[in-house]
Amino acid sequence: MENLEFRFTAHPARPAAGAALCGVVGSGNMEILIRPGDEADACTVSIKTSARGFGKIWEAVIADFASRHPVGGTRIAINDMGATPAVVTLRLAQALGDYTGGAQ
Amino acid sequence: MNAPVHTQLALRHSYFEASARSRVAQLLDAGSFREFLPPEVSQPSPHLAVLGIPGAFDDGVIVGSGQLGGKPVLLIAQEGQFMGGAVGEIHGAKIVGLLRRAIVERPAAVVFMVDSGGVRLHEANAGLIAISEIMRAVLDTRAAGVPVIALVGGSCGAFGGMGIVSRLCSAIVMSEEGRLALSGPEVIETVAGVEEFDSKDRALVWRVTGGKHRYLTGDCAELVEDDAASFRQSTIDLLAGLTEPAPGSSALRTEQKRLTQRRERFAGMRDGLEVWAAMGMARPAEVSLMDRDSLVAVKKGLPA
Repeated sequence: MENLEFRFTAHPARPAAGAALCGVVGSGNMEILIRPGDEADACTVSIKTSARGFGKIWEAVIADFASRHPVGGTRIAINDMGATPAVVTLRLAQALGDYTGGAQ
Repeated sequence: MNAPVHTQLALRHSYFEASARSRVAQLLDAGSFREFLPPEVSQPSPHLAVLGIPGAFDDGVIVGSGQLGGKPVLLIAQEGQFMGGAVGEIHGAKIVGLLRRAIVERPAAVVFMVDSGGVRLHEANAGLIAISEIMRAVLDTRAAGVPVIALVGGSCGAFGGMGIVSRLCSAIVMSEEGRLALSGPEVIETVAGVEEFDSKDRALVWRVTGGKHRYLTGDCAELVEDDAASFRQSTIDLLAGLTEPAPGSSALRTEQKRLTQRRERFAGMRDGLEVWAAMGMARPAEVSLMDRDSLVAVKKGLPA
């Protein structure tokens, strides 16, 4: 297992729920939990992944997501069991949609 | 029932394919679910972390309260996609805590959506103890007069310790896709050899452990289509007529006698086909292709 921590600056999100969970820690899948963070214009991401050595890809995928969506003021936690970048992007969008009540 | 086929297909939500969270949402009255220890306050398994395996926030089980057909119920839903729904220490503690709460709160029932291969072997003794605590808690809950209804229709079925737990419940609602047994097919093959049981023979596995077989032999109370709405309706109907009998040894002796006679009656049989023929079914080979309603009708027509 590898633990990864990232921090991105982003426009603030407008939460509609206290927390949102998407996905399941199953093969080729992951779960993501979005909660309110401490800084309104930053998003912190902590990842536990079963696949070692993919830190740079995680960073690129999430940086891309954070640049395209307002995810500031959130704390994102991910438990991953080998999700591909496409699945990661999908789950991020799903979870953010639930967290903001579909306002994105 | 007279809707065109494409409409029927569009209306069905497979219970087998759904995640535990989506099953909960589809089973209970809309918007009534309240989760205890939701993911944001629950803890992933410390045992898996030590082994370098990512945990799940809810440790693979959802517990909470809600309404089912207007009646208050407590609910447990195992997530088969996480570690095969296997029972670890936190997973088990959440289930036991919910069952103990039922003894205090006295809901109309506890609904136990089982989807599990049994003990989470990574957690060794902690998992084994958790299973034994669940067994005791199910029996305590029933003894307090609260029925526990097991729903079996997930991809992991109900195997190992969770097979036993399911049969300790007041009643089981099952789909054809669900499987219920003690040792799983792969376990039997590994221990006793492929001549004893070929776990790759999917049709055989379902003829021996699947919902239709369990329904014909009376191990589950109700057989439903693989559809969340069918599980919901069947559970509501079952609850309407269900009373939890006072615990006593005479009922247990009667049940033990029935099971002993059943074992003698079907001794040496190696396939559901043989069992169904012995039960008096004229064309057992047709069972696998029957829909739910046809099979229920066939069972009604069998000699007692």
